[in-house]
Amino acid sequence: MSSSSVTSQFTIGDLRGNPRRIRKERGMRLLLLVAAATSIVISALIVYTLFKEAWHFLVLLSDESGLGALIDDGANPGWYPRNGRFDLPTIVIGTVLVSLVSIVVAAPLGLGAAVFLSEYASPRTRKWLKPILEVLAGVPSVVFGFFALRVLGPDLIQPLFNTSQTTSLLVTGVAIGFLVTPLMASISEDALRAVPTSLREVSTGLGARKSNTVIKVVLPAAVSGIVAALIISVSRAVGETMVAALASGRLGQSPRTLDVRDPGLTMTAAMAQVATGSDQVVGSGPVFQSLFFVGALLFLMTLALNMIANRIVGRFRNKY
Amino acid sequence: MAVTASIRDSSSNAVRAALTGGKRDVRGMLFALTLLLCLLGALLVLTVLMWDVIAQAIPVFQKRSTGFLTNDLNSSPDKAGVSQGIWGSLMIAMFVVLLAFPVGIAAGVYLEEYAKPSRFNAFIRLNIRNLAGVPSVVYGILGLVVFVQGLDWLTGGRSVISAGITLAILVLPIIIITTAESVSAVPSGLREAGYGVGGTRWETTRDHVLPYAAPGILTGTMLAVARALGEAAPLLLIGAITGRLASVQGQSLVEKMQGKFTTMPIVVYGWANEVNKPGEITGLTFEQLNSAAIVVLLVMVLALNAAAILLRNRFERNRQG
Repeated sequence: MSSSSVTSQFTIGDLRGNPRRIRKERGMRLLLLVAAATSIVISALIVYTLFKEAWHFLVLLSDESGLGALIDDGANPGWYPRNGRFDLPTIVIGTVLVSLVSIVVAAPLGLGAAVFLSEYASPRTRKWLKPILEVLAGVPSVVFGFFALRVLGPDLIQPLFNTSQTTSLLVTGVAIGFLVTPLMASISEDALRAVPTSLREVSTGLGARKSNTVIKVVLPAAVSGIVAALIISVSRAVGETMVAALASGRLGQSPRTLDVRDPGLTMTAAMAQVATGSDQVVGSGPVFQSLFFVGALLFLMTLALNMIANRIVGRFRNKY
Repeated sequence: MAVTASIRDSSSNAVRAALTGGKRDVRGMLFALTLLLCLLGALLVLTVLMWDVIAQAIPVFQKRSTGFLTNDLNSSPDKAGVSQGIWGSLMIAMFVVLLAFPVGIAAGVYLEEYAKPSRFNAFIRLNIRNLAGVPSVVYGILGLVVFVQGLDWLTGGRSVISAGITLAILVLPIIIITTAESVSAVPSGLREAGYGVGGTRWETTRDHVLPYAAPGILTGTMLAVARALGEAAPLLLIGAITGRLASVQGQSLVEKMQGKFTTMPIVVYGWANEVNKPGEITGLTFEQLNSAAIVVLLVMVLALNAAAILLRNRFERNRQG
């Protein structure tokens, strides 16, 4: 071929590349997009099933005993599904108390561990301690439930706080606290390590002690990340099921209580115990259906907490 | 290197002593000590837990030896074993590998390599972050309504198929997020080289980006399997068996997968609620049996976790060096 014929035969089509490769590229792109869009389908399914069945529960309840059963203002309020008494404050208060106890345990332990790992530990110590903490994060929650039932309740909490029985909201809260400590530590450590070294250097250069630098410079700079870690830990504690089902001390029904030393019921424990109880037939009245209503409420609570935490994390990422 | 380090340490100590007038910073040392105690406190819980469980489990393995691993669930502590729990957990792991791995990795790759910054893609990202925070028991409701009731002709109702698909969905956000993180850590020079020699986006991703991101993706997937193996709450809703579960002889695999099932965490939950009466022959209690079951569960979960963490640390080091 001579050079003059090349210029005449060279068309725009030659620049487009191999059609088979282009088709393959488009196919792969579509396949990957479908995979990513699966997550939206899953979310839609979760929201649809939760709220459809929760609505069904409300309809059943208003037919049987009226919606007033959701807030019991009698003399002895409580969550007694079999008797048609669905006192929401009982299980919501149970969940709030357990989450408060767990954050009281997890916040100092987790934050302290995070500050030590990020500010004090030598790289070599850190290399050993961090993986062990991460392994702790992998212990299944049902194991913590059994541990709370067998060791924490009878050997630690009962003698220390003089509770009436070995299981209580307090035992559940402490066990969940230990369960979320590694999470708290790991997110706070990320926040602390995101603080630029120059801030520490300036503080040290001005003559501040190490402890003053940590307390007055590093921690305030990382405060939004630490708050996010707290919120995410609370959200995890609110949704934790197995420990609550094993160690809270009630089976499917409970009077309302404000004392953490009493046995009680959380939202998650109420769900798990309805599901494993004898009324496992769907459509058998509001008892089983209450599962979905409580689930929907739990979903909304954790979603709100996670959205707030995400927003805060996004802000501290942008700052440095 | 050790020599320079010791010189650096001694000189920095000398400077510090001169600056503080030789006084020790007692308050600072107390502060550091408190922090160390926080960390050790968290680790102490792990130690006590392990110690307690292992001490309780030793007699079970001594007296029952392999019978504990090969027997079915039973109401007598002399006969009860965890074989069905191990089988159920392995099936769950298989579903996670077959369903969640391909979809999760594909979605993670899409988000980092293909997705343009559009509103739709931002929505997908936000959605995945929120999915990761949904409590596991809520996924149980999804499994109950969609797979147990809606698709019972396929799953057989309260079966290991329903459980496996539900847990695959549960860990999907973890796999997507870790895949996206390891893909975004791939140096852009690798991609540019791929495009520069005329590769399409998919060819560059397949031949350059994915091999480089593979260790990070593998770590994420191992953590996801470990999470699925330890999960119990959604399975309670799906209807895993906590009491007695007789094996039926001569079932095909499909029939077995559509039948009643249990997994290791559910066995632990069921036995934690058992009456604590010693068995007549072996003298073992369900409490001891349960500790042994926890040892089996922890071996499965923590081995995967530890392997994943070691793998990640090794590659982080290699990349830095």
